[in-house]
Amino acid sequence: MPAKNFASTRYSELTEITPENVKNLRVAFTFSVGVNRGQESSPLVVGSTMYVLSPYPNILYALDLAKPGAPLKWQYNPKPEAAAQGVACCDVVNRGPTYADGHLFFNTLDGTVVSVDAATGQEAWKSKVGNINVGETMTMAPLVARGKVFVGNAGGEMGVRGWFQALDQQSGKVVWKAFNTGPDKDVLIGSDFKPFYDSDKGQDLGVKSWPPNAWEQGGGTVWGWLSYDPDLNLVYHGTGNPGPWNADQRPGDNKWTSGIFARDADTGQARWFYQWSPHDLYDWDGINEQVLLDMTWNGQPRKVLVRPERNGYVYILDRTSGEVLSAKPFHPITTTRGVDLKTGRLQYIPEKKPHVGKVMRDICPNASGAKDWSPSAYSPRTGFLYLPHANLCMDVEHMEANYIAGTPYLGSETRMRAGPGGHRGVYTAWDVAGERAAWSIKEAFPVWSGTLVTAGDVTFYGTMDGWFKAVHARTGEILWQFKTGSGIIGQPTTYRGPDGRQHVAILSGVGGWPGVVVSADLDPRDGTGALGFLNAMRDLKDVTTKGGMLYDFALP
Amino acid sequence: MTRRIFRLALAVLALSACQREDRTARPSPVGLESREEVALVVLSPGESQPTVRTSGKAKEFEGNAYHLSQGKKLFTWFNCSGCHAQGGGGMGPALIDDRWIYGGSIENIVQTIREGRPNGMPSFRGRIPDDQIWELAAYVRAMSGNAPSSAAPSRSDSMHPHPAENRTSPSPPVSGGIVPPSGQMPQ
Ligand code: HEC
Repeated sequence: MPAKNFASTRYSELTEITPENVKNLRVAFTFSVGVNRGQESSPLVVGSTMYVLSPYPNILYALDLAKPGAPLKWQYNPKPEAAAQGVACCDVVNRGPTYADGHLFFNTLDGTVVSVDAATGQEAWKSKVGNINVGETMTMAPLVARGKVFVGNAGGEMGVRGWFQALDQQSGKVVWKAFNTGPDKDVLIGSDFKPFYDSDKGQDLGVKSWPPNAWEQGGGTVWGWLSYDPDLNLVYHGTGNPGPWNADQRPGDNKWTSGIFARDADTGQARWFYQWSPHDLYDWDGINEQVLLDMTWNGQPRKVLVRPERNGYVYILDRTSGEVLSAKPFHPITTTRGVDLKTGRLQYIPEKKPHVGKVMRDICPNASGAKDWSPSAYSPRTGFLYLPHANLCMDVEHMEANYIAGTPYLGSETRMRAGPGGHRGVYTAWDVAGERAAWSIKEAFPVWSGTLVTAGDVTFYGTMDGWFKAVHARTGEILWQFKTGSGIIGQPTTYRGPDGRQHVAILSGVGGWPGVVVSADLDPRDGTGALGFLNAMRDLKDVTTKGGMLYDFALP
Repeated sequence: MTRRIFRLALAVLALSACQREDRTARPSPVGLESREEVALVVLSPGESQPTVRTSGKAKEFEGNAYHLSQGKKLFTWFNCSGCHAQGGGGMGPALIDDRWIYGGSIENIVQTIREGRPNGMPSFRGRIPDDQIWELAAYVRAMSGNAPSSAAPSRSDSMHPHPAENRTSPSPPVSGGIVPPSGQMPQ
């Protein structure tokens, strides 16, 4: 799976590549995915085969690692509906396939879950679960556990109603489906539901924390990362932003958006919920990764969940109960004062609330957040969480949003820019137990790639201007870098190949929300383009072009 | 003498303003739509140009300040701006640039809005009355400076991301535009 394990640590036990020899890395092979859009996916290696998934049209390739040059074994083309491209908010990306029991599972942009035989490339089943006519797409990487494929929808900018569902791994049939807004019975909230904080207790909050019927277009999608704890049999998933962006149109806490659910993997019944950003004002989807760790907290062993959140805080939650143990900022913040650990509530600064007809300036972090989907990695050797993230602020003006199914439901205009210091990206090593940054590396552009860390104490990440970098996991020293053909927003993978060597692979091809200016040829004269990201990314066209190329490196 | 010149100038001004603001009091009902027989390419076998027959409706809308400002308002109302922003693009392509995938004439644009386009431009037939589609199309052309500056909208309610349409320098349509991903689909 792209996240390496159920706990989503992206930590590899491989030790062949070290801080001393990483400078000798050489290209072992390359492969063009044939699609020049944002490559957010992660190459996946199972045995001696590498699987690579393209952005829309979501073609899956199998490469034979046992042969020189890793030639193509087969390709599978699910032929998704082309119109899906028009309702994908932020480039036509896909965050990866996942593997289990001889099959690959992935989502297509038009809302179909696919299972493909890993050996032959034959389609095992296809299950249509999303509807592009109401603006639903799918971009997340599924997670497979307990014989089920867990998937969620995207489309929080289109007024969709967010859901999360489990399909039977063998047949693709829906086992259960939970909505993230609306009445308790739809949300799968029942007698098992024991949220930690009072603000999440009560009947049908998914209806009552909204103006009448607003929950029907309320968002709360699941387009990010999932984790699973086999001992507790709980699957963890975040929920996306509420719709529309204009928050004046939805007074209330807007449950269960911009939060996190722990659900029973077999029944989908919610166990607990915590809301990162109640009544979200800034498009802060709560869908980032949750890294499951067992650590000592105030002298007690605790099962925790670490979440670097879009609102700018690294949270440590008790993953059995949903209690917030810590929430410390990792990004300049002008919008909130911190998290009240008694009530669990994020403390908004009321003066920073955007309004209709007035430009609210200097909102930090911006809409894409201190950190967006780009997954972090945790090394038990250093105790650091390696965070690829941004340094961005924005100006916002609201207007009335008009709901037309299948079109954007925003009511907001945004213009983003670099945060304090002028750099737009940061790669931070976060000391989890120490609750602070150990070191960080500034980057000109938002760091939109994922990362990984190895037992050899080397981490890897990529930049939007195309550099693939190896960093010393302890010191933050850049040990090696290689310029790929296009900007990097993908997730690196490391593996031991059939040649016995440790390899590192990454997809190069700029895009995603900040990179769509290049991948879809947007016009940088309009700062509100790409939902306001264009304003911050005008110069990206000067440093990179589109791409779609896999690079695989190994020591000579 | 100077007085006569002045009066004449006034009359000319008034007349031109009239045309600038010209509009029919009773627009055509929702059901009716104009017929535009336009091509998406400059090639036609054995001809120097493809055969094109337009309804002539363009004349009512192009260069008409009232229709252009209505078009600008509708561009937000129908959530065009959600996908195309203020023309820089996002989910949909940029509209302030000079490149057109499906043609940059007002008739082409009317058809784009009415029929939709395969890579995700919704079809608005039956959702937007015909005359409003024309207003939108005229405004879309104004976004890339393809409307007289005397008639193009001169201010924006938005965050002023770029100069208003009447100060946008004209960029005549170039055919081609981006290659949509489906056009690059392997196999
Ligand atoms: C759901 C998103 C969405 C909405 C809403 C939307 N568009 Fe589009 N539009 C697109 C996409 C995607 C394309 C590109 C289609 C293609 O390449 O096949 C497009 C294409 C176009 C084009 C053709 C551009 C060219 O280069 O030929 C025009 C003109 C256009 N849209 C105008 C509008 C107008 C006017 C509205 C409002 C009535 C609107 N659009 C609403 C997504 C949208």
